[in-house]
Amino acid sequence: MKRTIFSNQLLPWLLLAPQLIITFIFFLWPAAQAVRQSFLREDAFGTRSTFVGFENFTYLWNSPEYFHSLKVTAVFAISVTILSMGVALLLAIAVDRMIKSTRVYTTLLVWPYAVAPAVAGILWWFIFNPTIGIMPYLLGQLGYDWNHISSKTDAMLLVVIASAWKQISYNFLFFLAGLQSIPGSLREAAAIDGAGPVRRFFDITFPLLSPTTFFLLVVNIVYAMFDTFGVIDATTEGGPAQATNIMVYKVYFDGFIGQNIGSSAAQSVVLMMLVLMLTVVQFRFVEKKVAY
Amino acid sequence: MASITLDNLGKIYSGGTRAVGGVNIDIKDGEFIVLVGPSGCGKSTLLRMVAGLESISEGEVRIGDRVVNNVEPADRDIAMVFQNYALYPHMSVRQNLAYGLKNRKTPKDEIEKRVAQASEILQIESFLDRRPAALSGGQRQRVAMGRAIVREPAAFLFDEPLSNLDAKLRVAMRLEIKELQKRLRTTSLYVTHDQLEAMTLADRLVVLNGGQVEQIGTPLEVYRTPASAFVASFIGSPAMNLISSSAVAHLPGTAHAGQIGIRPEDLTVTPDGPILMNVLAVEELGAQRLVHGKTGGERLTITLPSDALLSDSLNLSYRPEALHLFHKDTGKRIA
Repeated sequence: MKRTIFSNQLLPWLLLAPQLIITFIFFLWPAAQAVRQSFLREDAFGTRSTFVGFENFTYLWNSPEYFHSLKVTAVFAISVTILSMGVALLLAIAVDRMIKSTRVYTTLLVWPYAVAPAVAGILWWFIFNPTIGIMPYLLGQLGYDWNHISSKTDAMLLVVIASAWKQISYNFLFFLAGLQSIPGSLREAAAIDGAGPVRRFFDITFPLLSPTTFFLLVVNIVYAMFDTFGVIDATTEGGPAQATNIMVYKVYFDGFIGQNIGSSAAQSVVLMMLVLMLTVVQFRFVEKKVAY
Repeated sequence: MASITLDNLGKIYSGGTRAVGGVNIDIKDGEFIVLVGPSGCGKSTLLRMVAGLESISEGEVRIGDRVVNNVEPADRDIAMVFQNYALYPHMSVRQNLAYGLKNRKTPKDEIEKRVAQASEILQIESFLDRRPAALSGGQRQRVAMGRAIVREPAAFLFDEPLSNLDAKLRVAMRLEIKELQKRLRTTSLYVTHDQLEAMTLADRLVVLNGGQVEQIGTPLEVYRTPASAFVASFIGSPAMNLISSSAVAHLPGTAHAGQIGIRPEDLTVTPDGPILMNVLAVEELGAQRLVHGKTGGERLTITLPSDALLSDSLNLSYRPEALHLFHKDTGKRIA
């Protein structure tokens, strides 16, 4: 790495200041607040808080509702990751095989990423609206009675589809770049070595994509667990009967709707720990091990 | 093992560009044929059409007696060595060698036997369990060759396999390829842009230019009687001197000639030689020296022994039969 020596002691701090200030105000300060809050309990009117130690955490530990949310989050995150990565990989393979108009397709496929999560949620909410939506109508023709307002499965499907849809663009770009960095001669050599298209994909392409795949795996899990608040809020609001109440939505719901600030803060701290773990996984394993 | 026949082979890309046209080559069983030409002459396209990696627009490719135009690369019974070696980076050397056999459902002990044999021939036994990334360029080259020979195919196809190696290694590997081919007697088609590589390796070489065959012949035939001015300038180092015929219009039989060629070694220094050359530069090669100069506005290069006396101008003479005449319109050789 290139080292620059500053003669003035103040200048480097000045140059770093904007980033440091932003990090402090928007990341470190709220995080510290959350940690502080997680050890406090506020009274019903928000006038007094008392220190309660780990009581907020032990309450979570003994709460079947919280474990239910944990389970919902796991199902949701895994489904979103598999769906968005699977579809993205298929699209990337298709575009990689194209010779003409690759750029047009790529541009079109990237557009959904520019749509805000809440807007994406609304879009899918309309498409799947049991009263006015087009999909329930079509599914009804096929004999399936879609209703995500009353059916837990339908609700989960809806939030998974809406969340995955947005992330496909991102995954697609990475997969496409990954595919294009595999020399064509490797696939040709495999073709001469007697491997058919499917064989070539599983023996050559997929293993060589593994660095990209592992990276995206972590990114997608993080996305599904922490960035899908907007989608949930715009579609199911965690319902019906907590069926789509993922952890990050529960933080909001318990804190801002239920006014249980202490418990909400404790849940935030748990989430912080999870992000920390995922980040460690990414740095320790992904960036070191899976590379050729 | 098999013969390979290219019958009026042509390639037209979807945009209408013709990369290769009307190529006829008969490759005999066990022969080593080198396709040589400048970049963009269509030599790689030709090789890829034989391999099945590029579709055939016109004509036929036959391997043995079988027309393979619509046969998958895997079923053509050929093996190819790529310019960048195309070794599978996530597999060990052993797995790289075995991959083609495994796909063909070769029994396990047979695979082991053949891998052992090939790695012994190529002296790569000591790093069979390493990954390609842990190998040097020359070692990778050997593995790529090994992957071709374990398959015991009807033909080897080489796509500029030595161009990623440094000069010294290239010369050594060139010899190894030659010896290996002599030993295995497998029909080989080899593409290169390096005329020296082509000369040293080929039983016969095919000189290509602009997607057309300029000449097919043994290295000596091509060197001694180049079929066109292009071949004359491309084959041989230092290149043949080509002089516009107007500069030597007094010579007999030059009526239709556009260019007259003479090899640098066919010009000798004699006190009463008819050509007076002004020396511009001298390149020392050790065993000999290249002397570059000008005569009547035309550039000339001659090779002299390193102990030859030099002066600012030299009188040169030549044997008339050493001259090559090329037609002024077609550039073809005039007999």
